[in-house]
Amino acid sequence: MPNFFDDNEDIQFQFKNLDLDEIIRIREDNFKEKDNFYYASENVEDAKDNYRRAMSIAGQIAGDYVAPRAPEIDAEGSKLVDGKVIYAKGLQESLDMIKNSDLMGITIPRKYGGLNFPYIVSSIFIEIISRADASLMNIVGLQDIGETVYKFADDELKDKYLPLFSSGKITSAMALTEPDAGSDLQAVQLKAVYDEQSGCWRLNGVKRFITNGCGDILLVLARSEEGTTDARGLSLFLCENDDSMKIRRIENKLGIKASPTCELQFNNTTAHLVGKRKFGLIKYVMSMMNGARVGIAFQALGIAVAAYYEAIKYANEREQFGKKIIEFPAVYDILINMKVEIETTRSLVYRTVWVVDMLECLEKNLKSAENDDEKKILRKKIKNFDKLAATVTPLSKYYASEMSSRVTYDAIQIHGGTGYMKEFNVERHYRDARITSIYEGTSQLQVVAAIGGILSGVMNIEFDNFSSQEYDGDLKSLSDKMKKAYSKFQTAANYLKEKKNPEYTEFYARKMVDITIDVYISYLLLNEAKVSEHKKLLAEKFINERLPRISMNEEYIISGDESTIKNRDELLK
Amino acid sequence: MKYNSIVLIKQVPDTKNITGEAMHEDGTVNRSALPAIFNPDDLNALEMALSLREKFGGTVKVITMGPPFAAEVLRESLYRGADEVIHLSDRRFAAADTLATAYTLSKAIKKIGEYNIIFCGRQAIDGDTAQVGPQVAAKLDIPQVTFVDKIEQIDDNSITVKRSIENGYEIIQTKLPVLLTVMGTANEPRYPSCKLVMKYKKARSAAEIKAESENNKDSNINFNETINKLKKKNLLIQTWDADNIGLDASECGAQGSPTWVAKISSVQLESKEIKNIESNYNSIKELISELISDHILG
Repeated sequence: MPNFFDDNEDIQFQFKNLDLDEIIRIREDNFKEKDNFYYASENVEDAKDNYRRAMSIAGQIAGDYVAPRAPEIDAEGSKLVDGKVIYAKGLQESLDMIKNSDLMGITIPRKYGGLNFPYIVSSIFIEIISRADASLMNIVGLQDIGETVYKFADDELKDKYLPLFSSGKITSAMALTEPDAGSDLQAVQLKAVYDEQSGCWRLNGVKRFITNGCGDILLVLARSEEGTTDARGLSLFLCENDDSMKIRRIENKLGIKASPTCELQFNNTTAHLVGKRKFGLIKYVMSMMNGARVGIAFQALGIAVAAYYEAIKYANEREQFGKKIIEFPAVYDILINMKVEIETTRSLVYRTVWVVDMLECLEKNLKSAENDDEKKILRKKIKNFDKLAATVTPLSKYYASEMSSRVTYDAIQIHGGTGYMKEFNVERHYRDARITSIYEGTSQLQVVAAIGGILSGVMNIEFDNFSSQEYDGDLKSLSDKMKKAYSKFQTAANYLKEKKNPEYTEFYARKMVDITIDVYISYLLLNEAKVSEHKKLLAEKFINERLPRISMNEEYIISGDESTIKNRDELLK
Repeated sequence: MKYNSIVLIKQVPDTKNITGEAMHEDGTVNRSALPAIFNPDDLNALEMALSLREKFGGTVKVITMGPPFAAEVLRESLYRGADEVIHLSDRRFAAADTLATAYTLSKAIKKIGEYNIIFCGRQAIDGDTAQVGPQVAAKLDIPQVTFVDKIEQIDDNSITVKRSIENGYEIIQTKLPVLLTVMGTANEPRYPSCKLVMKYKKARSAAEIKAESENNKDSNINFNETINKLKKKNLLIQTWDADNIGLDASECGAQGSPTWVAKISSVQLESKEIKNIESNYNSIKELISELISDHILG
């Protein structure tokens, strides 16, 4: 099997094209660790070389070791035996390989045993692993849990648990959802009570749909403030998976079958408070969810890539009517669309994770800033990047996950009847892709999360920046078209703002989000086209195809048509 | 007890991924058409040594004999956790057959001195002889077990291994020190560790630096300065030449090789004639006699 990093030219392109120098310098703090850690980078180029080498190892493991095991991992699934979860054999073996290659603490600082790489690298890792096996990603890819401990827990917890995270000695889970608190996490009821006698917190209650709930360390959202009913009564806790915690069942799912989805019962389970009381949902879980959402976007992308490779291979092998089916316009049209969907999504999600990395760096800079003027400038910059990250993250999660379902659907279509059969991988990819637009917040919730920022002008800073740049030659006419598209975006956004009708805005929010994504990706491609002939072709195709969609969505929004809202009950009869 | 292992590895042309004409017209291997890789079975040998160390402690030393660029497989060994690597590199070693190779390797092993187990891959994918391992054991006068699939048990003096044979396995017990040649099916070799890659990616053997400075006459690589810098950072891979291991030029390389390759040709088997046999006693008897007289059966 190929190396899933080395064989993917587009990942290499993004890796080269994104400006990582500043991110690296800040993350490495002038490379001061180079004398204390044998594996620390010495300079920017050395760091990039290290990232590339690490991802090449990940790509080798993914292509060589994990991918061939994926069909069996899927067929075997995870099992609950005598209250213990048993991973599929191939999943456990893959996990061990990844652990032995030091890929379990990619972003964790070196002093806790991690690699201290930026999020862009851990995201590439997630894409590569998900292409090999989507369910494995849920166990190795969600490294944000360690990240959350690093960001918010006290030193005692960090010293004790982070080395376990980065060495891969433990796996973990975030326990948020409950039977009556899914999308609406404010309704969480699991109770946390401080036990004066033993000087620790005790958890009681039930969590449901917990990915890898059998993990050794859990971050649990619980109600610590008695009598409260909203988000402000919730805190975040860390607990070890011990006998007081019972796995009541694991779910029988459509896809990602080897990722165990557990129902957990906590019976007086000992727990440590993470950070401050009452900040559980409003700060820590929000941060953790944003990280996880970026992760799901890359997982969705990885699954789509796997399906695309299967489809292109099949179309080149299968012959009908005396020729390879890839020769038929109806077939290559689908394949090209799949490829365009994947590459354009990659532009969006890699930009997103770049924004997340920049935000992290700016925050780090603020901590070490010395004078007030510097701090003031940084604070302003951070505010902008924070808002941008909070908007582009749900955009990416929404777009990549929906794209993954479309592309895996098309991959089966290319295979015809064969693709519907269990013997072919595309059937699995199609099932695996489906969850990505549901968990870590449904697509509908991503739209809700993004629309506020869009309407308050968060994206305008990005768009203004792109539209004011110089584009030469063929790109000039494309950029002129984009100016019109941008103005349509503004017209639609202004219309919604001025209408001041919450239900109308909510009803049309998805169309507004679609305009935003179309404009954003178009600009990203236009920029990439400056350095790549391939991207120029892609930009032309994407922009020319999406312009009518932008106009259509704008027309819908500014139509003022409320008939569907008004006639809802009649239409549903 | 802790066990000290020595692993003998080889850099070979990747015969699975051929990028051009694999053979020159004169029948020698065209190495430029074949990317150089870690001999696959040797990775299994290294893996067996590393997992033994993980279980019982001890050390894993890796030796390769080869031209300067063969040091790459030594770095690959460091990336996987080898404690020490040694590059046997000397122009005098060139064009060695299996006997001269085994002799050179055994001299290096004697120089190392103490060891409990020597691991080799079952065979290399270029020559496919499977001779070097057994010959090294003979030169060192220690027991050997070939085609090893698993170490069943090990203690201070003895080792029990599962050996793969046609249609099954045999369990063999022998004394330490021992030489084992390891099957490709024995284990799943680990992948490089990211941290060790970052540590050792700049490790070089003296032979490599020498070759580099000879190849780029214009560049001002100062040999001694580079060596000292690497030494300071613990990144210098030891290079041993014939003198270091007390080997005479007549005993290694082409001079020490009794094997003479007269001709290499690609043999293709194809059916030339078809004979129909009646399904009765006499016809089948006739066929059997014919096969016996042709030495196909017998």
